[in-house]
Amino acid sequence: MSKELMKGNEAIGEAAIRAGCKLFFGYPITPSTEIVEYLAKYLPKAGGTVLQGEDEVASINMCYGAATTGTRVMTASSSPGFSLKQEGLSFLAAAELPVVIVNVNRVGPGLGGLGPSQADYFQCTKGGGHGGYRQIVLAPSKGQELYDFTLEAFDLADRYRTPVVIMADGFLGQMMEPVELKKPAQAELPAKDWTVGGCRGRAKRKIASYALTNEVGEANNLHWQAKWARMQDTLQRWESFHAEDAEYLIVGFGTCGRIAKSTVLAARRQGLKVGLIRPITLWPFPVKAFADLGGVKGILTVELNFGQMVEDVKLAVECRTPVFSHNRVGGMMPSEGEILRKLGQVFGLAVEV
Amino acid sequence: MMDKILLAGFGGQGVMFVGKILTYAGMLAGREVCWIPSYGPEMRGGTANCSVVISDEEIHSPVIEYADCGIVLNQQSYEKFLPRIKPGGTLVANSSIVDTAQKRDDINVVAVPAGELANGLGNASLANMVCLGALLAALTTVDMAGVEKAVDAVVGKKKPELYEINLAAVRKGAGK
Repeated sequence: MSKELMKGNEAIGEAAIRAGCKLFFGYPITPSTEIVEYLAKYLPKAGGTVLQGEDEVASINMCYGAATTGTRVMTASSSPGFSLKQEGLSFLAAAELPVVIVNVNRVGPGLGGLGPSQADYFQCTKGGGHGGYRQIVLAPSKGQELYDFTLEAFDLADRYRTPVVIMADGFLGQMMEPVELKKPAQAELPAKDWTVGGCRGRAKRKIASYALTNEVGEANNLHWQAKWARMQDTLQRWESFHAEDAEYLIVGFGTCGRIAKSTVLAARRQGLKVGLIRPITLWPFPVKAFADLGGVKGILTVELNFGQMVEDVKLAVECRTPVFSHNRVGGMMPSEGEILRKLGQVFGLAVEV
Repeated sequence: MMDKILLAGFGGQGVMFVGKILTYAGMLAGREVCWIPSYGPEMRGGTANCSVVISDEEIHSPVIEYADCGIVLNQQSYEKFLPRIKPGGTLVANSSIVDTAQKRDDINVVAVPAGELANGLGNASLANMVCLGALLAALTTVDMAGVEKAVDAVVGKKKPELYEINLAAVRKGAGK
């Protein structure tokens, strides 16, 4: 199949259209703006509607309303804008509404800057909103995955009745790579027998998560928790790259995971048994990838933040092997060579860079 | 084979465009490609740069620490990217407005009066394409035929009248 050269943000937009997304509500912000631009141009031609909300708060709540009708709906933003959507995400999780939310991370905190970042890891994976909820978080590392994971995000959202976050960064959003515009998989999804939008000829339905009786509140939470536990059991996904016989593991997601592959290959050329675990689902975190650490003598995590995913790695590793961290912030990127240098430094290995 | 290429200049000098041409040329030849722009405020006046990787194998790290070659269209970019070329590499500089007095002995600095050459073609904004022509000799993954296909793919459909003049500029830079 032929490939199209497109920006990562455009790949997300195209995938949404092909996944049958009919409604997009958003407010433009660098470095995710091309998503709304692309959809504004092409979604109407595919029978959909793009509406620029007055802000991010309005946009996420428009998504809530649209999702109650069973229509496939998406919003996209970047870090400061994503912050504004957090209350809405908590509400979506509680109402169990399928919405795809893209967060093309940029530098923070505060208004921050426009450079790439992974500093919204905590916010995305631990629930940036109130009340203790979970949502699926997918971490693509290249144009093709931005496309593929967006397609899949709509199916996951419908299958589990949940918000699904695509966590990318400004680098991935702006980078142009060839993308194969695959057809969406014909997934068998549960019937949407919960939607509202007129009850003529059927029993009345209600979508709300408000419970003033504590017993009901607990029952609701147990119901959600059971679903999240099921997701944790079945959805963990990661990529192993030369990890089978590795003595030293690098763990990185998204852009960092991709850069680390070059580090792994450089280390292997020097006879060092280095491998990579690249988490693809950030939530549920791929704990299973660390179940059998075999002969692993140590782990180095690489992130565009001061160390967030490293906490999940440490929980998964349970002190069986030492875990170190390499971090770049403020929009700066690690090079393959500097990761190799750090690996040599923390584990006392002779490396050539 | 792999080419890691840095391109830089004032916003509006067509740096991103040259990057796109190279990227398309690589893709149309069936290679793996990756184009990364600087984005944000640079696009609105300051120095813009982009990097292109073209490879026969999957591109893992798209980050270019040291490039095989590059084009710089203004002074600021020359000073910034001169140290970022690998020993043995090539840096094409638009000598119409870039003073290349600052040198490195271990790389090949190609000074091309791209502004004048472009003016000679009747369109000052083609300096970028003249420099692309001068860069071709340093590339392992893209040749003139590849650039022709890429210009056709990117410019041809939208503005066919610009197709010939763009290629004329590339040929001028290549000394052909």
